[in-house]
Amino acid sequence: MATVAGTLAQPTHTGVWSWITTVDHKRIGVLYGVSGFSFFLWGGLLALLMRTQLAVPNGTVIESDRFSQLFTMHALTMIFLAIMPMGAGFFNYMIPLMIGARDVAFPRLNALSYWTFLGGASILSLSFFFEAPGGGWFNYAPLSERPYSDGSGIDFYVVGLLTLGLSSLMAALNFAVTIINLRAPGMTMMRMPVFVWMTFVISVLLILALPPLTVGLIQLLFDRQFGTHFFIATEGGDPLLWQHIFWVFGHPEVYILILPAMGIVSEVLPTFSRKPLFGYPAVVFSGIAIAVLSWVVWSHHMFTTGMGSVPRAVFAVNTMIIGVPTGIKVFNWLATLYGGSIRFTTAMYFAVAFIATFTIGGISGVMHASPPVDSQHQDTYFVVAHLHYVLFGGAIMGIFAGIYYWFPKMTGRFLSEALGRWHFWLLFIGMNMTFFPMHFLGIAGMPRRIYTYDDGLDWGFWNMFATIGSYVIAVSLLIFLVNFFRSVRQEPTAEANPWNAPTLEWGTSSPPPEHDFDAIYTVRARDPLWYDRDHGIAPPEVTGEHIHMPPPSYYPILIAIGITLLGVGALSHLAVSALGGVIAYYGVWGWALEPTD
Amino acid sequence: MYDAAPFAAAAPRRLTVGVADGTGTGGWDWRASVAARVGTVAGAWEGTGVRARVAAPRRTPGRPRIRALRRGLVPLALVVLAVALLGCDAPMSTSEIEGSWNKEVWKPYWVIIWLAGIVFVAIMAATIVLSLMYRERPGREARQIHGNTKFEVVWTIIPVVIVLVMMVPTLDSLFKLDEEPPADALKVEVIGHQWWFEFRYPELDIVTANELHIPEGRVVDYALRSVDVIHSFWVPQLAGKVDMVPGRDNRMAFSALNARPEPYLGQCVEFCGTSHANMRFRVFVHTAEDFERWAREQAAPRVSSVSRTAEEAFLAAPCLGCHTVRGTNAAGIAGPNLTHVGSRTTIGSGMLENTPAELRRWIANSSAVKPGSKMPPMAQSAGGTLTDEQIDVIIGYLQSLK
Repeated sequence: MATVAGTLAQPTHTGVWSWITTVDHKRIGVLYGVSGFSFFLWGGLLALLMRTQLAVPNGTVIESDRFSQLFTMHALTMIFLAIMPMGAGFFNYMIPLMIGARDVAFPRLNALSYWTFLGGASILSLSFFFEAPGGGWFNYAPLSERPYSDGSGIDFYVVGLLTLGLSSLMAALNFAVTIINLRAPGMTMMRMPVFVWMTFVISVLLILALPPLTVGLIQLLFDRQFGTHFFIATEGGDPLLWQHIFWVFGHPEVYILILPAMGIVSEVLPTFSRKPLFGYPAVVFSGIAIAVLSWVVWSHHMFTTGMGSVPRAVFAVNTMIIGVPTGIKVFNWLATLYGGSIRFTTAMYFAVAFIATFTIGGISGVMHASPPVDSQHQDTYFVVAHLHYVLFGGAIMGIFAGIYYWFPKMTGRFLSEALGRWHFWLLFIGMNMTFFPMHFLGIAGMPRRIYTYDDGLDWGFWNMFATIGSYVIAVSLLIFLVNFFRSVRQEPTAEANPWNAPTLEWGTSSPPPEHDFDAIYTVRARDPLWYDRDHGIAPPEVTGEHIHMPPPSYYPILIAIGITLLGVGALSHLAVSALGGVIAYYGVWGWALEPTD
Repeated sequence: MYDAAPFAAAAPRRLTVGVADGTGTGGWDWRASVAARVGTVAGAWEGTGVRARVAAPRRTPGRPRIRALRRGLVPLALVVLAVALLGCDAPMSTSEIEGSWNKEVWKPYWVIIWLAGIVFVAIMAATIVLSLMYRERPGREARQIHGNTKFEVVWTIIPVVIVLVMMVPTLDSLFKLDEEPPADALKVEVIGHQWWFEFRYPELDIVTANELHIPEGRVVDYALRSVDVIHSFWVPQLAGKVDMVPGRDNRMAFSALNARPEPYLGQCVEFCGTSHANMRFRVFVHTAEDFERWAREQAAPRVSSVSRTAEEAFLAAPCLGCHTVRGTNAAGIAGPNLTHVGSRTTIGSGMLENTPAELRRWIANSSAVKPGSKMPPMAQSAGGTLTDEQIDVIIGYLQSLK
């Protein structure tokens, strides 16, 4: 059906239906990226509302329960609907290109994971029209149980996250299989770009981390709907069981959020320093070490829950040890700059700023790895500062580096460097204005998740300062949007490898044809395009043989609609679930019988 | 609301880790020299509310090199101090060391802050310097280096050493904080409710709410419980926090170092629902004699000087369903014990001053003041059953319960 000759460049089909039925990893990547960025703006708007309320003592902009919904939905939106899908956008678009493949291992599964993501995201976000969850993203029992949260908010949380988890699990399996099996000839594991490595690592993390979350969510669902009491102390359950289950998922989740950014930065720094990544094996293995250690640190989120001295000592030591591989990464990134000839594009600004801001988050993280210190830091604004330096200073900085770096590859067009500078500097200043004073507020004793605070506590000045900073961030994002929409209207001028980068995605046209590569590369070194350039090796010959690409399919979106309705039924009427089940069943049936050539 | 001046006036307490007054254990002496060497930088922390007191070494005249360092940092220090004036002496500052627990916290904290500061400066400097030094220039060729094993070993060892240096005082403090309290420790039960704190003194037969009274210098053994959701008990100047988890008996023990007339401020720090932000409490630290007197008064049933007609009005109102006044047949347990409510400085878990006007606001419609408050509105104008006159009488009665 979609057999294209090797020399045919651009896909010819366009229109909404072509996007709905697409199984092309690049289009799915764009869908993920655009959805993720839209949710990033939405989550940012929620944050602006909160900062407005907290600007002055005894603020009156937002009342208590609405504020709880805002901080709950801000976290859920940023984590599950913004940073994860933006990362997924890059995996989808870049991984097959970077390993020299023509698509992912399971293209229809890839489409199914996107549409399921959109279904779960809709359930979670549309809760604002009914009752948004207000128990925090960590949703501690027993506050999340029926007696204390009677409305439907927590049910939206449970069903939304179950649906999103399903989507992430499918994507993670797909990418693990793709990376293991579809690498171009000659691309050994230790020749893979670091971004591919990090994607592989987080795929494994997701496959292992989502099951505990699913178990916990289903236990909570049973507590709330069917009268079990896994987490209700008065009935023999244990509220701390939820915390253990949640953080066994939650801490690896943090690395799921940050490792893609580390991968992106490990691509951007060498390209613009014009030299290979310093200590590639060290960067790869420290990434793996971080992932392994992420399984033995979860209880540092629970130092104040009354755990005994010995478990706290063990988790403290484990947590501090994560500082070692993280430190190794930072040193290697810095050494990549050393001796380079650095071209400061906007992407490079973001990548270098990432080193600085992520390091601040890393340092404060090691600080509250010490349980005595954490007894003062826990649940104060110091932790808010820490996590935003990791997730904004780390993940978001890395993602912006990736956007500026890969925009020409994805669109054939360049983002304006001049507007990019404005965007970068305002974002950088704004984020530091917003989040650095939160360290001071935490030390001055300001608790997290409070919708109001009294005057006379000396928290007013830095809160106002942080609020101003958050508006500076908002302005910088408006500039980015202007830059984006201006750029996509320009004529495409980007050649295949405008940055003179070393990795395979730059070895095909910008944007790439539907089949990615006219001819498959043979990889001879870790930086294949630089190796070929330096050794006078021509790009592979186009043979003109037919390239088989998977046909578009509407079954993925059909199954995703079925899965979403299954969830919606749990929130409304079981008849809706039954309908969803029928649709999903029909979809799976059709999927299985669909011809694939 | 709280005047910072009296706090500062109590000054020359030097409660950190024996940097200046030599009270620290021998193991930590090296810190004094570190503090002297980089003393001015300590000023930088003052803007942050981190004010534990390494102040003295900073003021002693140093060697010329250090004086030069100081001159270089004067403008910076001035800026930081200007900022500090806006943020120092915060009534809930974790860096004000007023309790034995917090004193123990700051032992590893100082080591960690210095290490964090050094790493911060080093990485920021390296990032900036390398970025500026190796910008592209005509004629510059990037050196194609792939790595260097020696460097990898060195910068694996650096974080290992840093982490080891952090671990030793951390583990030392951790186990000290968990030590069993002495047998003569004052026992206090802290019980979390949505959204107020109940304090019980089982040995003294006292039940009170939202205002904890403890004697200076004596270890208090806290049993932390909750009747509903998870709360957390935190008085930043005295101690770190420990959660109050339903179904569990959490413990913590510490002493307050100094009696003073102003209360220490505490707050729930585990998100616990609608009025989490309003779940505040106060800790009064007395001298031993003052505490004895307070305990005697509180252990007694309600004062006998109350007006009998006012008491009858109170007992006829819905109040007794949730509140206890010992010596009467009001024995409800859902809300705070009111036996000596007139002696408290605040009502509504630290939200309002305990004055007739504020009591009127509270009784009339408490959830208008404190969202989610479990106490139903009492005034007829807000849907309750009491007339303004009845409320006046009840206010008079409550105020008399000293």
